[in-house]
Amino acid sequence: MELLQNLLGTEAGLAVWTLLKILAIVAPLMIGVAYLTLAERKVIGYMQIRIGPNRVGPKGLLQPLADGVKLLMKEIILPTKSSKGLFLVAPVLSIMPALAAWAVIPFTDTMVLANIDASLLFIMAITSMGVYGVIVAGWAGNSKYSFLGALRSSAQIVSYEISMGFALVGVLMVSGSLNLVDIVNQQGHGIGGGSALSWNWLPLFPLFLVYLISGVAETNRAPFDVAEGESEIVAGFHVEYSGMAFAVFFLAEYANMILVSALTAIMFMGGWLSPFPASWGALGASGVIWLLVKISLVLFLFLWFRATFPRYRYDQIMRLGWKIFIPVSLVWVLVVGAWMMSPLSLWN
Amino acid sequence: MSFQAVVFYVLSLILIVAAFRVVTAKNPVHAALYLVLAFFTASGHWLLLQAEFLAIALVLVYVGAVMVLFLFVVMMLDINIEKLREGFWQNFPLAGTVALVMVAEMVLILSSPEANLAGFKAGAAVAADASNVRELGRQLYTVYLLPFEAAAVVLLVAMVAAIGITMRKRADSKYINPAEQVRVRRNDRVRVVQVQAVKPEADTASDTNEQQA
Repeated sequence: MELLQNLLGTEAGLAVWTLLKILAIVAPLMIGVAYLTLAERKVIGYMQIRIGPNRVGPKGLLQPLADGVKLLMKEIILPTKSSKGLFLVAPVLSIMPALAAWAVIPFTDTMVLANIDASLLFIMAITSMGVYGVIVAGWAGNSKYSFLGALRSSAQIVSYEISMGFALVGVLMVSGSLNLVDIVNQQGHGIGGGSALSWNWLPLFPLFLVYLISGVAETNRAPFDVAEGESEIVAGFHVEYSGMAFAVFFLAEYANMILVSALTAIMFMGGWLSPFPASWGALGASGVIWLLVKISLVLFLFLWFRATFPRYRYDQIMRLGWKIFIPVSLVWVLVVGAWMMSPLSLWN
Repeated sequence: MSFQAVVFYVLSLILIVAAFRVVTAKNPVHAALYLVLAFFTASGHWLLLQAEFLAIALVLVYVGAVMVLFLFVVMMLDINIEKLREGFWQNFPLAGTVALVMVAEMVLILSSPEANLAGFKAGAAVAADASNVRELGRQLYTVYLLPFEAAAVVLLVAMVAAIGITMRKRADSKYINPAEQVRVRRNDRVRVVQVQAVKPEADTASDTNEQQA
């Protein structure tokens, strides 16, 4: 960094350095997205006693590249009577929040692009904008299927964002901070001596479940994928999209999955902290590898859900969100508040 | 011009254009999306004032929730914008006068010596580790506790009223209690009837023969 600042002057050096850091986050993320699609097809394949893609490259490892090249070569079709500008802006609107949120995700207590004070709020605000991509895509395509998908998606996301927010309220109550680095550091001490037992998932278990399931709903993944619902409304909001415009929606969906997994790992599963007590030497040392392991674990859950559960009916989704998750999270926020004030509090 | 000033003017330009297009856009969905842009840009202004909590709350509440519901409704309505504009020039003189009076009032208020606009300093530089959220929370829950609680009660009343208006039993509702659905067993829905396999009777066989002949 100092080398760059000497070469380009203080401000330009800082800008170039920040750009390099952004690149260092986004490039692995995109590779992760590409291989998550392969992992999904492989995992679901084995769960259904198939092999999955195995033709392109050794053991099918080059399949994501082949898919990407195929989509790049395809024409982007603009439907007649569509709102052309909005039709093309919609994929951008959906991938922008999925990438922008990574600005505040800490990988270790020092490895973070922007260590801002209100990073939890920032994440919630940015991810809440992802729904515009879906709504605008569904409306601009001038198709009834995509419009139905957009309506379902907006209703679903508005409902589940509330329970997700309340789950995070519990987290910020026990950590006393909106800063993600502080939230992880707070999980490092407690009854379990910094091991897996002192992380937030145990005392906040109902909120952990609510957050995990709301996260699946927020990313429009099975069993909450009514916005796509291929057996009912063809492909939902992106039915009119082809080629790279479709691929961008695809990228956004998988980037959002990785983001929600990373957030679950940071808020409830101790982020980069080791699951073993610090006295265990190398095993107990914290590091970015633990965060990656936890993210992969949650991602595997996402794929597992998809292979296991049939799609929820629309009214069942609404009932689950409003009548079960919101009361559960509200009550547990109250319980945590009383717990913190009592002499039994774990968080002094 | 400092970096902040450049950002301020760019944001202001976008904000004014977006706000203007909210009113002038032909398509109500486009107008709603311009309103989203206007909210988002306004939150940028608040960030420049170092009010990050308000800025993020604006995006979270208005962009992330309120405008989504707004769009939801606007997309489903069939609004004929030409019909809405029919009386525009008839009402224009009255509306223009009202607007002019409002502008004049604002100018008078803001330019009067009592307003003391020059006396307002730019936000004092805060310490780098000062938490905006913590400070805001402290103020809300100590100094302004009573107005804050009163506002909460008003919001609660509005919420109860909104639910009260829409909550009524509809005769044609097909809602089924999911607990009942889950409890259903095979015997409640399916009745297995034993049907004896029998030969066709002699007279029906002769009927078909007659039709053929």
